[in-house]
Amino acid sequence: MLTAAETEAILISLRVAGSAVAWILVPGIALAWLMARREFRGKALLDGLLHLPLVLPPVVVGYLLLLSLGRQGWLGRWLDEGFGVTLPFTWQGAAVAGGVMALPLLVRAVRLSLEAVDVDLEAAASTLGASRLRVLFTITLPLALPGLLTGTVLAFARALSEFGATITFAANIPGETRTLPLALYSLIQTPGAEAAAARLCAIAVAIAMLSLMASEWLARRARRRLRQRDG
Amino acid sequence: MQYVIAAHDRHPDSRGALALDVEQRLGDFSLAASLTLPARGVTALFGPSGSGKTSLLRLIAGLDTPRRGSIRLGGEVLVDTARGIRVPPHRRHLGVVFQEARLFPHYRVRGNLGYGMRGAGRARFDAVVELLGIGDLLERFPATLSGGEARRVAIGRALLSEPRLLLMDEPLTGLDGARKQELLDYIARLAADIDIPIVYVSHDPDELTAIADHLVLLEHGRVLADGPLDDLLQRFALTDRLGGFDAASLVTATVDGHEPHYALTRLRLADGQRLTLPAVDAAPGTRLRLRIPVREVALALDVPGATSYRNRLHAVVEEIGPTYPERAAVELRLRLGEQALRARLTRKSLDELGLAPGMPVIALVRSVSFDTRRESGGAR
Repeated sequence: MLTAAETEAILISLRVAGSAVAWILVPGIALAWLMARREFRGKALLDGLLHLPLVLPPVVVGYLLLLSLGRQGWLGRWLDEGFGVTLPFTWQGAAVAGGVMALPLLVRAVRLSLEAVDVDLEAAASTLGASRLRVLFTITLPLALPGLLTGTVLAFARALSEFGATITFAANIPGETRTLPLALYSLIQTPGAEAAAARLCAIAVAIAMLSLMASEWLARRARRRLRQRDG
Repeated sequence: MQYVIAAHDRHPDSRGALALDVEQRLGDFSLAASLTLPARGVTALFGPSGSGKTSLLRLIAGLDTPRRGSIRLGGEVLVDTARGIRVPPHRRHLGVVFQEARLFPHYRVRGNLGYGMRGAGRARFDAVVELLGIGDLLERFPATLSGGEARRVAIGRALLSEPRLLLMDEPLTGLDGARKQELLDYIARLAADIDIPIVYVSHDPDELTAIADHLVLLEHGRVLADGPLDDLLQRFALTDRLGGFDAASLVTATVDGHEPHYALTRLRLADGQRLTLPAVDAAPGTRLRLRIPVREVALALDVPGATSYRNRLHAVVEEIGPTYPERAAVELRLRLGEQALRARLTRKSLDELGLAPGMPVIALVRSVSFDTRRESGGAR
């Protein structure tokens, strides 16, 4: 039913997007908490930086990644010499690119839901002897769960569809960094591959629809848990 | 004018007492209080809205930090700005019942109750659930509870965290009359049953007369007066400040016996004098607090002949309150053995009877209301 190339593209896409979400989840929640709950100097600047990937052309983000994380980049050289990690032109690099592009969406959704959590409930928990960490894990995060789920799925979908930054930073290597969008791009470049391109198109639409529905279902479930329920 | 009594003089037992000396500024509002609250019984923080009651409570709970000053509970320093000490709320072991119940919406009642439970609290779970009558609610979610039920759960949750002090911020706000009375009864029972001091914030005199032993009167962020409730209610100078309190005397008496035929109960005052009141459901020997509103006391120089006043108490005029040309009434304080009784009469009667301090009089008590609470060895 699916060709080997299609299966490969799907698997790479899922692996890249999954890794992208996995690495931005904790920093994303931490940044969202910082933006929602703390006042500090340079908050506006950080907010701007966080939103930059949303408004910059993705190619620019990819190029900046190449400059910093490439072999000659300041961060890249440190990673290469210190840990033997090379990111450009690898699927891990694609995950980094996807994560950077998805981060603003995650932070935005989580921040909004954290802002909606009643700080009075957190205060009540602290008077009951709960440490800050316990308050975070038993009150704040559970109450922010709907936004957390929405943000995660949005970020996953964004990483899945990432093209510009990925192709710039990780290139379009079959079996390594050729994700679904890149595979589709290659087919479009190939004369006579219209039917194959159409198939990939349909697959992309199906995956996107599935993740949106999953997100909606999860969020509704989480919201219902929080809302009125007859005992 | 300040009427601050050196509180520690009256509370030699200051082992678990809460001593605070704090200054706080919030916008235009400034709070400055220096107080020692007793280690037992119910202490009420009373004052109009904006007087600083809740701010003071938040400072004690650790939810805010004073700009300057210190708070000590027993021997432990909770805050001392001079020494840079600030114990965070979760290490203070104080229970707080907020105005809104603040139950956690994602936990069932059982989960809410257990949230702050520590060692000894576990053993008391069933007792607290029963005391507050919330046994049927355990598996429900907070969103399905009524206002009164939610407050009771919030009180139980605070109690089960084994607090050294229970802080209650207007816990009856927003409840209707019947629910209010019901919850007030629970709290009064609680105050009598548990050995945890309670700091109770309210602007409702009726609530406070029902449960408070000790009163701190706040106004514009300053402590206006501080002392046992009974004492403050006796002070003429505070009558206007305590306007909402129906001026009344609180008198302690012991149940002597019942006259079921007439549905009456006989009580004995500390000095041996007797009172007969509509039947009270209390065993002989029970000590009760009686609330005698000033307007229910009439005075006579001799024991009157046949009258329907059953209660005639021999008393001595102790002090005559200030008189004002524009006011018809004047208040008197009478001595009744060790206890005090206030009476209100017209200035004209005062002159006609020729009353003066030291004169013996007969106090005719028309009716008495009972404090819902049994004498529980409060702050006195």
